[in-house]
Amino acid sequence: MHAVTLPLQGTDHGFRDAARRLIGAAVAPDQVSWHHGSAAPDLFGGSQALPATGAPINVPRAFVELMNAVVWHSDPERFARLYALLWRLRDTPGALQDRADPAMARLRKLEKEVRRDKHKMTAFVRFRELDADGPRRAFAAWFEPTHFITEPTAPFFARRFGDMDWIIQTPHLTAHFENGTLRFSDGAPKPPLPDDATEDLWRTYFTNIFNPARLKVKAMQSEMPKKYWKNLPEADLIPGLIANAQSRARAMQDAAPTLPPVFSDRILSRPKPPDTRPELHRQLSACTRCPLHADATQAVPGEGPLDAPLMIVGEQPGDEEDLTGRPFTGPAGQLFDRIAREAGLDRSAAYVTNAVKHFKFTPRGKRRIHQRPNNDEVQACRWWLDAERALIEPRLILALGATAAGTLTGNGKAITTRRGTVEATTDGTPVFLTVHPSYLLRLPDAALRAQETARFREDLRTVAAMIAAP
Amino acid sequence: MTQRTLQEKLAILSDAAKYDASCASSGTDRRNSRDGSGLGSSGGSGICHAYTPDGRCISLLKILMTNFCIFDCAYCVNRVSSNVERARFTPEEVVSLTLEFYRRNYIEGLFLSSGIIRSPDVTMADMVRIARTLRIEHNFRGYIHLKTIPDADPDLIAEAGLHADRLSINVELPTDAAVKSFAPEKNPEGIRRAMADVRLRKDASKERSHTGKRPPRFAPAGQSTQMIVGADGSTDATVLGQTTRLYSSYKLKRVYYSAFSPIPDSSSKLPLIRPPLAREHRLYQADWLLRFYGFDVAEITGATTDGNLDLDIDPKLAWALANRHHFPVDVNRAAREMLLRVPGFGTKTVARILTTRRHRTLRHGDLQRMGASLKKARPFITLVDWSPGAVLDSAGLRARFAPPPEQLSLF
Repeated sequence: MHAVTLPLQGTDHGFRDAARRLIGAAVAPDQVSWHHGSAAPDLFGGSQALPATGAPINVPRAFVELMNAVVWHSDPERFARLYALLWRLRDTPGALQDRADPAMARLRKLEKEVRRDKHKMTAFVRFRELDADGPRRAFAAWFEPTHFITEPTAPFFARRFGDMDWIIQTPHLTAHFENGTLRFSDGAPKPPLPDDATEDLWRTYFTNIFNPARLKVKAMQSEMPKKYWKNLPEADLIPGLIANAQSRARAMQDAAPTLPPVFSDRILSRPKPPDTRPELHRQLSACTRCPLHADATQAVPGEGPLDAPLMIVGEQPGDEEDLTGRPFTGPAGQLFDRIAREAGLDRSAAYVTNAVKHFKFTPRGKRRIHQRPNNDEVQACRWWLDAERALIEPRLILALGATAAGTLTGNGKAITTRRGTVEATTDGTPVFLTVHPSYLLRLPDAALRAQETARFREDLRTVAAMIAAP
Repeated sequence: MTQRTLQEKLAILSDAAKYDASCASSGTDRRNSRDGSGLGSSGGSGICHAYTPDGRCISLLKILMTNFCIFDCAYCVNRVSSNVERARFTPEEVVSLTLEFYRRNYIEGLFLSSGIIRSPDVTMADMVRIARTLRIEHNFRGYIHLKTIPDADPDLIAEAGLHADRLSINVELPTDAAVKSFAPEKNPEGIRRAMADVRLRKDASKERSHTGKRPPRFAPAGQSTQMIVGADGSTDATVLGQTTRLYSSYKLKRVYYSAFSPIPDSSSKLPLIRPPLAREHRLYQADWLLRFYGFDVAEITGATTDGNLDLDIDPKLAWALANRHHFPVDVNRAAREMLLRVPGFGTKTVARILTTRRHRTLRHGDLQRMGASLKKARPFITLVDWSPGAVLDSAGLRARFAPPPEQLSLF
């Protein structure tokens, strides 16, 4: 009778070595008693020493794989079963392929249980952070596996958590990973681990990722058996989640559909920017973004070639523009045309449009008096101006007056101090600023008007030069 | 508005993410950090680190970058017209949450999705930035799954594929008409174009250049998609037809089915009736039959007349009951293709039968030890010591498997 005691650490090597010697000396399975950890009391006495190292033996690869898993099982019979199979393989090498053989089925079951336990260890170990002195962060975990799997599973954690130090303590073995080296020491009872604030975040996540409308407790428990729960920080939330699930799901179903929030309409009513001129005109004619559409005759879109290098932006259509549906046809438009001609600026080569597309006015008797558009109206209409800019992609924009300057540059300060300078839109297109031609029409003093007209002509000349430059 | 704490944001944005079914973290490149130069490992089968009582696993930190959204998809809890609480993570918060959860072994990696804010490009650029920071700045080697925004710039999708293991784009609903009516801002053709683009890029990343150099890997774990079942009137035949098209056209790794689940603050456009979870389960079973058992869509859906799968029995059993002339199958002689069609035999059981058959003749007791579900298989097989006799042709065979009939309620 041979009594073999295999060590707690390195059980796989111990078993391989012992089995090799025993099979070399042709010791039958019933002549060996196997022990794990501490030596068993010798009941029958007269146990023989192991035979000396035998010659290497050849076994199928599948046996090595099976053995490397089964040795870590907690079944006390595992070594005897493995040795019995090894004994059998001497005569019937095909025994491993017989998936229906009862002895094999038993071993495969042990193998499966070990693999499952190893897998569950990789899943359910939960680290908590320790105070670390060095540059590497330090973590520790307590885990209670069903089988002796700490040793074969530890390399997984070494591969995964390579840049931190960690300890995994289990009842039978402790794995240490420090500065890239893995070592083992004896097992210990459950140690006190420091609290970790991230655990609260994890519990928050666990609570909220759960969908109460689809409760499947069995599916959960078959994959996360209760035996692991005591060391999982999230497990104590489970009973509460289950208890409230049905009422939460019912509340969802009973709740009447609510009215959409205020911002929803605003966002949803944003149409897609038009990408062709007919589309732009079609959408613009249906615009109700601000109240101005109600009184005006029509929205006045811009005019000019789509590949124009210059875009001229005025304030809003006037009385005449509102009727004709074309921009810059009223008195101010005619004045602009005259001065532009004098300055050598070809209006027909530019795209001419307005910051606001509807005419704002107050009726007085039989006349319509121009009203300056307020900020809301300008902002509402900026969408159209942006769409036109995206369509034309001008090299330079000429802003006439404070309204155009404000909506293009985002800066609404007085135009008189900024005129003649070049600013930029938020996306970087240069904007040349000057006054609106109607400003010239309103000046009562003839001398001042002539002076301002000359300045305006100079501005347009600068613009013409900027456009002519490549 | 007061600033929300990280915990409040996490609560809102994980709650918003739970309707995405995918949680796979398997099948990507083998990577590890054994040399201490980074964090994380991946490759092989994924690990489910926890299970919630809905039976779903937690493998990845599944969150939305933000649940603000400018779209109005009727089935979605985050649609613009919904009154859910809104929050937004900064990219740094997502990165730090991922790394801290990963270090404590809570997760396998990150599954990042997002509502559409401002524009698809802006949203996608933020998501790519998170993936890039994790990979390059923190040497993170765990799993990253990015939900791609279909209308985003192709260059952004290209960069996303370099950092992420898996990309996914949801087709949302089984038919284009349904997408148009429930998700008016989404464009089914655009979604398909984006999936085609991912496939082409993935194919291109496998070809070596003329110098034999390999281009950088593109989304090594492939792409997947998700379809909501039960929100529109599509039959299972439509759903499975769409599935086979998706698998074959875009080489998808998975199509996920999500039974339409009542959501808080649901839209008035949708029925609040919840479709049976069994339907989702049957669809997954049919999906498996299509991919691993050599079945054809027409065979699976042909077992019933209305184009829907039988909810009481699994689709393979339903097929076998409708095609009894193929049975009984002799387990010791039948070809692999036929063994795969026996109810109660899985791919593993069939492989075991084939290896063991080489050594000896199989008997009834052997099958039990090989993992076959004999209760289902018995009427359809013959063995040396077993024959189903007249059971196979009996009219009551279906009743053996279907759940017992229930007394209708009188009220």
